[in-house]
Amino acid sequence: MPVDIYINVAVSGLLTGLIYGLSALGLSVIFGVIRIVNFAHGEIMVIGMFITLVLFRHLGIDPLMSIPFVAVVLFGFGYLLQDYVVRPVAHLADHMQFLLMAAVAVILVSACLMIFGGDAQGAQVSYAYDSYRIGPLIVDKVRLLAGLTALIVAGALFAFFRYSRTGKAIRACGDNYMGALVVGLNVRHLFALTFAIGSACLGAAGAILLLLIDVHPYLGPAYTLLAFIIVIVGGMGSLPGAMLGGILIGTSEALAGVILQPSLKTAFSFSLLILVLLLRPQGLLGKPTQ
Amino acid sequence: MSRLFGGVPIHGLAMLAVCAFILVVAPYFISDYVLSVLIIVLYFAYVGQAWNLMIGFAGQLSLGHALFVGVGAYTSAALFIHFGIGPWVGVFAAVAASVLIGSVVGYLGFRFSIRGVYFALLTIAFAEFTNIIVDHIRWLGGTEGFFLPVSNRETIDLLNLRGSQVMFYYVILALTGAALVLCRLLLNSKLGLYWQAIREDQESAEAIGVHLFRYKMIAVAISSGLSGIAGVWYAFYYNNLFPETTFSTGKSIELILGTVVGGVGTLFGPILGAFILTPLGELLTHLTEEFKLDGIKQFFWGLCVAGIVLFRPAGLWPWISGLLGLDQRRDGGGKP
Repeated sequence: MPVDIYINVAVSGLLTGLIYGLSALGLSVIFGVIRIVNFAHGEIMVIGMFITLVLFRHLGIDPLMSIPFVAVVLFGFGYLLQDYVVRPVAHLADHMQFLLMAAVAVILVSACLMIFGGDAQGAQVSYAYDSYRIGPLIVDKVRLLAGLTALIVAGALFAFFRYSRTGKAIRACGDNYMGALVVGLNVRHLFALTFAIGSACLGAAGAILLLLIDVHPYLGPAYTLLAFIIVIVGGMGSLPGAMLGGILIGTSEALAGVILQPSLKTAFSFSLLILVLLLRPQGLLGKPTQ
Repeated sequence: MSRLFGGVPIHGLAMLAVCAFILVVAPYFISDYVLSVLIIVLYFAYVGQAWNLMIGFAGQLSLGHALFVGVGAYTSAALFIHFGIGPWVGVFAAVAASVLIGSVVGYLGFRFSIRGVYFALLTIAFAEFTNIIVDHIRWLGGTEGFFLPVSNRETIDLLNLRGSQVMFYYVILALTGAALVLCRLLLNSKLGLYWQAIREDQESAEAIGVHLFRYKMIAVAISSGLSGIAGVWYAFYYNNLFPETTFSTGKSIELILGTVVGGVGTLFGPILGAFILTPLGELLTHLTEEFKLDGIKQFFWGLCVAGIVLFRPAGLWPWISGLLGLDQRRDGGGKP
């Protein structure tokens, strides 16, 4: 019987991990190309969650159906943020960029707090308590739908970066900034586009995540740190790495919650981060830089 | 003495003397509220200098400095609560503990050549990890908090650092002044020059024979040790410690904000930044009180910080020292 519990927990952790992975993709894309550490990552995702919540509350739109809308709104937000706020500090030292993003994060959190208040709010969908039974395995319907949707969005993102001309151009900017300028790519526009795509990705992740957890303004920082852990474990700039890291962290956190204490699961992730930083700083799937 | 004051214009010294004098006599003229604000200002000025030593002088970005302050705070508090050992002995243990933790983080980071953003994330990881671990240690109070016994605030017991606000004010003022002198001496020493070489260009520094690992380790050790002292003061001033408010990344950011606003790598940047940001926070609290809207203070706070980064990216001190005519080649006192 205990084995069943572990398998059930591992599967639900894996499905949550797919959403973590999608959210981390947003961070990975932005860092991999623009080389800016987006410390407002979790906060941007929280905005996505709040937009989804409003659509659900007032128009009755299912969180999964509102993904396109949320993605478009955050796409625009990301584009403007990169072009008007981040680009002017691109030449500054790391700590200045970090501070600016931290300030943006504070502004976003307090804006959410002013508009929505500090209470946790959730979207209760009609199928919230449905579940599928496959042999000994019991899977919640929401979790399964959420995980699969995250996988689909991530797949679309892979395809975009691999096959589309714009996707290739963005990767070129990331691989060789000077080279991209020399061959005449509009780097400024492509950078803004990258930030926009990263934010849209976050919006999708936020919309999906709202199925599983309640949203409140202070949710951001924890998810920022979580995304950092995932991206470093998987490999900065590596898209498959982000998904792998997400699954790894999601599953191991869920298991650590059962085997140890739920409150210790984050400590487990942080120790994993420290180990990876020391033993394989480029991440599991990353390419060594030096 | 010449190492301390050499190259500083005479009117600069005069201004410094006037500021110091005002700070020394201030408690006799100001209300308790203003005094409490001034105490927080000096606390941030002191910790800011400790952090500045690492990033501004030696170029190593730490975003987990709350860890070193917190370790010092918890060490001295544990000694006092469980063994009755006072802060003047406890401070040695606290500094030792902070330096030890700092050295571990530094050793791992520098030995495995983790640089820049990655090193910063390593410091965050260690701070957050400690946050969760202390949460689970009942001996240190756990999540419920760790409380120092508060005796009456009237009599001043300097030996056990129990007493009025004024006493804490002078202790933190002395610490801030001492840190300023130390930073000035270090910056003009051979060590300081090695640090600045590493900060400006690590490869070139190594090529001309600067032992990178050794000097980075010294920077982390001094910076974390100074932070540990701040932790002792913090524990005895506030009398309560909570893991979340002691070790969280938010706390680390709070500690370094003033320095970034004042000017990283400058001597007076951390102090100036603290004198601007803390009163600004208080002012915003008063201005936004009547709106009765949660978050409005932080909103404007974030705008102010973002504005400073966007429009005065070198910090305010280089600009103000220019206005005051103090910037005539103060050796080491600020990046060009």
